[in-house]
Amino acid sequence: MDKPAFRAGFRAAVPYAIAGFLVSASFGVVALDAGLSPLAAILMSAIVFAGSAQFAAVSILAAGGAVSAAITAAALMNARFLPMGIALAPSLPGGPIRRALQGATVVDSSWAMSSRGDGTFDRWYLFGASAVQYLTWVTGTVAGVFGGDLLGDPKDFGVDAMFPAFFVALLVSEIKDGRTFGVAALGAAIAFALVPFAPAGVPVLVASLAAFVGLARR
Amino acid sequence: MSTAVVVIAGCAIVTVAIKAAGPVALGGRELPDSVQRILALVAPALLAALVVVSALADEDEWAIGADTAGVAAAAVLFWRTGSVVGCVVIAAVVTALLRAM
Repeated sequence: MDKPAFRAGFRAAVPYAIAGFLVSASFGVVALDAGLSPLAAILMSAIVFAGSAQFAAVSILAAGGAVSAAITAAALMNARFLPMGIALAPSLPGGPIRRALQGATVVDSSWAMSSRGDGTFDRWYLFGASAVQYLTWVTGTVAGVFGGDLLGDPKDFGVDAMFPAFFVALLVSEIKDGRTFGVAALGAAIAFALVPFAPAGVPVLVASLAAFVGLARR
Repeated sequence: MSTAVVVIAGCAIVTVAIKAAGPVALGGRELPDSVQRILALVAPALLAALVVVSALADEDEWAIGADTAGVAAAAVLFWRTGSVVGCVVIAAVVTALLRAM
């Protein structure tokens, strides 16, 4: 174990973990509104640990959607982890089971932060960054489930704007030059254009193709 | 309750399967240089798309609202200060104020 890298990742992700706590608390509130029990909401954060998928699944349940629709929506929201996993793969050691377990620790911010910028990843940095966010993700849902009633309607407090703001911080950190800016702009345009036509989650997945264009035009 | 259990288990299984797919399928193989360079650009594309979808859309239609302004304020604040917590908090504050007006 590379302890210094783990600690560095853990520390570097603290701001994201604090923000994640707030987002996760808002998930707890939304989950109860959707009819989940407090225990179910906490369990979901503890074993799914994927914010956008959890919000997507729960919002479909709240709208009276089918179980299969909720799980499909979660899968589509998570589809972006497919290209992330492919990018991460060469940086992980071990057999299939160890590789699967290591791959499962990825969250958006830890993946983005642990990228060395040359296509390789610092895996212990990634594990550290994920670990601190896991702690606050679970405790945040606990806080939301038991303290959310004190707030009233979470929308009055702009809680729904927190999750996108979290991604804004990650995005701005990734934009280092004209090329990354161009790829981001193209990805945004693709997603925006597909929103009315494609099921939720698909626009984000297709937007990852912008990376190919970014490499073609140098 | 049983509905919740099925949804939670289902979400957990698909999440782990998707996250593990790349690392397991590819093994430890080194990817060609050109592929590595493309993969290095996946993050800005994915993150920009996530921002757009979460701030400018509701389900399958475009929706510009108080939260859009809140997220825009967050972008400016993070760009100027680099504070992630400030970024998330200002998004909520601006959105809440606009809704209260």
